[in-house]
Amino acid sequence: MLVLWLIVVLFVGGVLAGLAERVHAAASRWVTLATLVVSAILLWPLACAQPQAFESVAGQSGWLAVLQWEWIPRFGITFLLAVDGISVLLIALTIFLGFIALLSAWEEIQTRVGFFYFNFLWTLAGVVGIFAALDLFLFFIFWEIMLIPMFFIIVIWGHEDRYYAALKFFIYTQASSLLLLLSMIALVFLNWQQSGEISFSWFDLLGTKTEGVFGLLLMLGFFVAFLVKLPGVPVHNWLPDAHTQAPTPGSVILAGILLKTGAYGLLRFIVPLFPEAALAFTPYALIIAVVSVLYAAKMAFAQNDMKRLIAYSSISHMGFVTLGVFSWNALALQGTLLQMIAHGLSSAGLFAMAGAIQHRLHTRALSEMGGMWSQAPRMAAIAMFFAIAALGLPGLGNFVGEFLVLLGSFQMHPIAAILAALGMILAPVYALYLLQKSFLGEQSDTFSAHSASLFEFKAREVLMMGLLIFGLILMGFFPRLLTEYSDVALNSLQALGWGP
Amino acid sequence: MTIEELIALVPLLVVASISVILMLVVSFVRHHRLISLITLAGFIAAGIMVFQSMGQPAIQITPLIILDDFSRFFIVMTCFASVPAVLLAYDYLRRSEDLKEEYYMLLSLAVLGAVVLAASNHFASFFIGVELLSVSLFAMVGYMVHGEHKRVSTLEASIKYMILSGVSSSFLLFGVALIYLNFGVLTFEGIQQKILNGTLNGYGMMGIAMLLIGVGFKLSWVPFHMWTPDVYEGAPVPVTAFLATISKVIVFALGLRFLHESGALGLFNVQAALAFIGVLSMLVGNGLALMQDNLKRLLAYSSIAHFGYLIIALIAASSASATNKALAMEAVGFYLVAYVVTTWVAFGALSALSQPEHGIEAENLKDYRGLFWQRPWLAAIFSVALLSLAGVPLTAGFIAKFYVFAAGASYTLWFLLGILIISSAIGLYYYLKVIMEMCKPAEDENDFQKAAIPFENKLILLVMTAFVLYLGISPQALIESLNSAIKVLM
Repeated sequence: MLVLWLIVVLFVGGVLAGLAERVHAAASRWVTLATLVVSAILLWPLACAQPQAFESVAGQSGWLAVLQWEWIPRFGITFLLAVDGISVLLIALTIFLGFIALLSAWEEIQTRVGFFYFNFLWTLAGVVGIFAALDLFLFFIFWEIMLIPMFFIIVIWGHEDRYYAALKFFIYTQASSLLLLLSMIALVFLNWQQSGEISFSWFDLLGTKTEGVFGLLLMLGFFVAFLVKLPGVPVHNWLPDAHTQAPTPGSVILAGILLKTGAYGLLRFIVPLFPEAALAFTPYALIIAVVSVLYAAKMAFAQNDMKRLIAYSSISHMGFVTLGVFSWNALALQGTLLQMIAHGLSSAGLFAMAGAIQHRLHTRALSEMGGMWSQAPRMAAIAMFFAIAALGLPGLGNFVGEFLVLLGSFQMHPIAAILAALGMILAPVYALYLLQKSFLGEQSDTFSAHSASLFEFKAREVLMMGLLIFGLILMGFFPRLLTEYSDVALNSLQALGWGP
Repeated sequence: MTIEELIALVPLLVVASISVILMLVVSFVRHHRLISLITLAGFIAAGIMVFQSMGQPAIQITPLIILDDFSRFFIVMTCFASVPAVLLAYDYLRRSEDLKEEYYMLLSLAVLGAVVLAASNHFASFFIGVELLSVSLFAMVGYMVHGEHKRVSTLEASIKYMILSGVSSSFLLFGVALIYLNFGVLTFEGIQQKILNGTLNGYGMMGIAMLLIGVGFKLSWVPFHMWTPDVYEGAPVPVTAFLATISKVIVFALGLRFLHESGALGLFNVQAALAFIGVLSMLVGNGLALMQDNLKRLLAYSSIAHFGYLIIALIAASSASATNKALAMEAVGFYLVAYVVTTWVAFGALSALSQPEHGIEAENLKDYRGLFWQRPWLAAIFSVALLSLAGVPLTAGFIAKFYVFAAGASYTLWFLLGILIISSAIGLYYYLKVIMEMCKPAEDENDFQKAAIPFENKLILLVMTAFVLYLGISPQALIESLNSAIKVLM
């Protein structure tokens, strides 16, 4: 029930935030804050659950807060919510980044405030739903539901090219998700033929025999949809536009959370449901992963637009997720999960930084920046921190994730691991390039028009960045805190598909 | 005719009597509200009566009319879906200078045609129904020809529709004649016997092809779609909505019954032709809609595409397995219902912004700019309709699309489903384009968005939007009644 309440609170909070604007322009923000606080409180008992609280569903152990209601019996569709260690961590990330995005929106969003926070909270609700839904139909509904508020966020509050970007974002994801829907239905029918029962429940579908070409095609349907969201290289095209054109809080949610839904899909569905097909597909998936890591890193270096650069770096980092999932190895899986969370934190930080700079300079072009360090040392130091976090400095979260993925995949596919490790050389190139162009070097004309006192970070922004920095350092030094939590879930997932 | 048959026939008689009563009333007093209320009451009464008799055994009344749960389902749908046609027309006519009362006679005759079609399993009643429907419709399309602010394109649309309707009717008639030449029977079931016996020859095949062409005109399948955008654009909004919903849906339902009961659906040639038409309709419909700036034309092309999607479920209904067949027929039924309610919302929104007293309709994309900020609720409702047409979850359109996917997958129509995915992705573009237009900052002054929305129009919007969301969130109730409706066909 707790998870349901969590989703309901976010949906209702969104409506209230929308209505609150009529009372007072600022009221929406406070309603949103209150909603996030309530959802964090609701999440607390789940995050502190003792091992004995975990239930076993259909032979799968390690589940919390299982809720199953009948919904559309005609198709064996149920309202099935449940979370395991992986989902709880990702939901926690969602709520946490919700706070961050709210802080970044606090001053940037000045028009149609109520409608903004409505969309904002509904996106979060959709994402929480994705992480908690274990009925494939329900999963699909949440998968689509989060798109629409995000679409509105880009269209209404985005930057100059927002219409084009929003359209591209929506069409890419929607077209690929129709493929996902078709594959889901075909999988369910296959299971129906085999077991005589029609069901959309993940637990029931686990036993489906999906060998052969048909299984491979079904898996590809799922894979493409998740790859678009992740995104991976041939289908990544929407991301630089959407991230660049979205308002800062939109970029924070997109990079921090929405991309993780694709990664979560890979983890939760691809290998457990299609072990044979996924094994057969592994070489191609590894190629996609390595190409994503390297190509996107190279592209990032070529950008002049700050947000585009960060967007490409996201693609590069998410390549490690694909690599980890298809490494068929416990270490790599742990690394994948850590990479998802660490990238959520670091990319949120970078986009918040880019947003803060754009808010002040009204430009994102690196060529018009430079020499901001002396004027805004606090801001510069924070930017430095996130840049080196992104490049994978040991002691910070990203390093742990990437290192574990590489370690795990090296045992199985050394060549892929070696090639992907080159990404860790390219990352410093673009991260330091970003830093050099913006904060170091000669002072630019754009910048000197602003007085230093206006430019420096305010308390709200320092708080926002401080939270992210704290999270990254904590992850870097004590990754055990997280892995302990997700071990049970990862092990049982691994037993389903990856084998011992 | 026994007394039971007569009782069963009462709803049809009620619909038939509406136009007679209206004629009598009009000859004494011209009272717009009274006339519209009589029409409304007639439709609702007939609808309720048929609804009450759902689940009763099938009755064949003369060889022409069959009242089983399948026809009852579609009669109920026709009657209730005609209610908004009356309400919208009442509001539209009240604000225009034309003669008002005769419109309702035409409307009730058209509905009678639809009801006859829904209950027909014989070529004679099929033809009578089609003619009743389309003859009334081309008068309705060209209805607004008087007054100072008349719409110029109305007459053109009417003539276009009349000519093409005539062409399609002649195809139908010739097809029926050829089928009779081959089989010597005119009932759908009789044909099935003959096809099973192997008496099908070239004439019969030709006849079935001609029937498909005739029906294709009515459903505006590509390549018989040319008239659609012009007629949609030229007709007054309430008529366009009626044309888009009831007249198409009923013809499709009848097509399903004919193809299924006659066994023609099992023929390879028929399936191949349908698949060809389906692919063309999906791609051409969505492709041409991309270029439209006129909302009525856009909805016309979108409806072409939707009837292309439906073909997938139609072909899947030829499955040999009873479960899969039931699934495909449910898919057709659900899609038709979802399409009707969604289309009513869309046209309701169009009509809410129109100003018939000035002969202007809100049909241009730019009329919608900034609607979200001027009239948030109307914009939200219109967005729901567009998203439902695009097949986004929590709307009726999504469950309908889900059904088509399920039906297609059960019959392994992967190629057609692939085309469906591609064309849906194309379709998204123009639906989103309209939504984005509504999100853009409002321009200085837009007269369209200021006028108050009449009560009838609000009612339609609210009720139909509620239906769209209800069917999208909890479709089980409709699925169950569809289940019993198609059981008679199995």
